[in-house]
Amino acid sequence: MEHFDMELDAFKQKLLAMAGHAETAVNRAIEALTTRNYDLAIQVKQDDEIIDRFEVEVDDLAIHLLAKAPLATDLRFVTVAMKISQNLERVGDEATKIAKRARDLSKEPPLKINLDLPRMANLALSQLKAALDSFVHRDSAAARALVPRDKEVDALNKQINRELTQHMMENRDSIPRCLNLMVISRSLERIADHATNVAEEVVYLCEAQDIRHMGKVPATPAQA
Amino acid sequence: MMTTMTTGEKPAISAAQPGNQSASAVPALTVKNLSVFFGKNEVLKKVSLDVTARAVTAIIGPSGCGKSTFLRSINRMHELVPEARMTGEIRLFGDDIYARNVEPVIVRRRVGMVFQKSNPFPTMSIVDNVTVGLRLNGMRNRAVLAERTEQSLRMAALWDEVKDRLHAPAISLSGGQQQRLCIARALAVQPEVLLMDEPASALDPLATAKIEDLILELKKTYTIVIVTHNMQQAARVSDHTAFFYLGELIEFGPTAKIFTSPSQKRTEDYVTGRFG
Repeated sequence: MEHFDMELDAFKQKLLAMAGHAETAVNRAIEALTTRNYDLAIQVKQDDEIIDRFEVEVDDLAIHLLAKAPLATDLRFVTVAMKISQNLERVGDEATKIAKRARDLSKEPPLKINLDLPRMANLALSQLKAALDSFVHRDSAAARALVPRDKEVDALNKQINRELTQHMMENRDSIPRCLNLMVISRSLERIADHATNVAEEVVYLCEAQDIRHMGKVPATPAQA
Repeated sequence: MMTTMTTGEKPAISAAQPGNQSASAVPALTVKNLSVFFGKNEVLKKVSLDVTARAVTAIIGPSGCGKSTFLRSINRMHELVPEARMTGEIRLFGDDIYARNVEPVIVRRRVGMVFQKSNPFPTMSIVDNVTVGLRLNGMRNRAVLAERTEQSLRMAALWDEVKDRLHAPAISLSGGQQQRLCIARALAVQPEVLLMDEPASALDPLATAKIEDLILELKKTYTIVIVTHNMQQAARVSDHTAFFYLGELIEFGPTAKIFTSPSQKRTEDYVTGRFG
C-alpha cells in the first residue's frame, strides 16, 4: 500500500471510530429515556466531548490530506468524509439533547401516553447505521435507497407532535413532560435527516453525482 | 456533458467553461485521426480532438504517452526529425497545416511554442530576443519593432521588470524571467495558438504562479495548449484536459470533470497517482 493510501485508510478508520461513538451515543440516549436511567443520561452528555474532539481531529487530517492535493475519487473521499464528520457531530449533539430531556423526565413520574417513540428511535438508528454501512461498503444503491426513507421518520414526528399536543390540551400538568418528549421526537427526526445527508454524500462519493435538494431521488444514477 | 473518447472518434468538446466567456464556438484546432510514427514506432495513434479557441487545453499523461509529440505535431516540428512521419489531419482555423502548399515556417509563425527549459538566445539582449522573429521575417521598421517589443513584454508580464534594461543580456534575467521572455518572443510574431511544453517545470513556486497567471491572461487573446506533468497546474489553468496513454487519447473533457470524476479508470488511476 502506498503511503498516501495508508493515510487515507487511517483517515477512514478515524471517521469510522467517530461514527461508532455517535451511534453509541444515540443508542444510550434512547436507553436512558426508555429505562429512565438518570446516570446513563448524564454519561451520554459527558461523552459528547469525545465526538466533538473526533470532529476536530477528522478536520485536521482532512486538511493535511487536502494539502497533498488529492484528485478524483480521493478528492471526493476527503471532502465527503469532512461532511460526514460534521453530520456525525450533530448526531452527537442530538443524542445529548435526548439525554438531557431523558434526565429531566427520569425525575418526573412517567407520562401515561402511548407514543411511537421507540419505533421512531429504531427507524432513525437503523437509517444512521445503514447510511454508515453504505459509506463503508461504498454502496451507492443502498445509499440511494435510504434517502426516501427519511419521510417515514418525518411522518412519525408529526404524528407524535399531534398526539403530544392533544395530550397537553387535555392534561395541563403534563405540559413540561410533553414538551421534553417533543424535543426528543424532533431530535430523532434530525438524526434521520443527518443519516440522509450521509447517504447523499455516499452517492456523491461513489457516482460523483450531487443528489441533494433534488426532491425524488432515482434508485439508479441518471444517464449522462 | 462529459466527453469520453477512444481513438478514431471525434470528441464533442463541451461548452466553454465559466470564466472563459470569450471562447469561440469555432475550434482553433481540429485534429482528426492523427498518427505519428518514428520509424516503425507509432507514438500517436489516431488521435482526434478539437481545441477550443481562446481557452486553455491541458495535455496530461505519463512519460512516453505522446503528449509532447502531439504538441510538436501542431507546429510541424517533427519535420526536423528524420524518420518521423504522420498521417491524419490538423486544421488551424480551418486551414490544413500539412497541406502541400503550406510552408512549415508559416505554420510556426501562426503557432508559437514555449519549451520546458527557457532558451533565450544567450548572446542577444532582452530586446533583440523579443524581436528576433520579426527581424528574421524582414521587419526593419524601428517604431514597429519598439512597439511590438513593449506590447509583447507587457503581455508576458515582464515589461515592468525589464523596461529600464532592455539592452541587458537576456541571460542576466532570472529563470522565471527568462521563461517569460521566451513567451514574449513567441508572442512578438503575433501567433494564433501558443503551445507550451511544461513551461513551468523548471521554475520555483513563485515563478510558476506568475507563469500560470500569465496563461490565464493570455487565453483572453490566444488559444493555448499546455503539456504538463503537474495535475494541479492543469487543474488551475486549463478549461479542457486531455489524458494520453501509450499514444492514445483516453479521455478528453472539461478539466473540472477530469479531475473530480473522470469516466475512464485509467484516467482515474493516473490523476490519483495509482498508475501502473
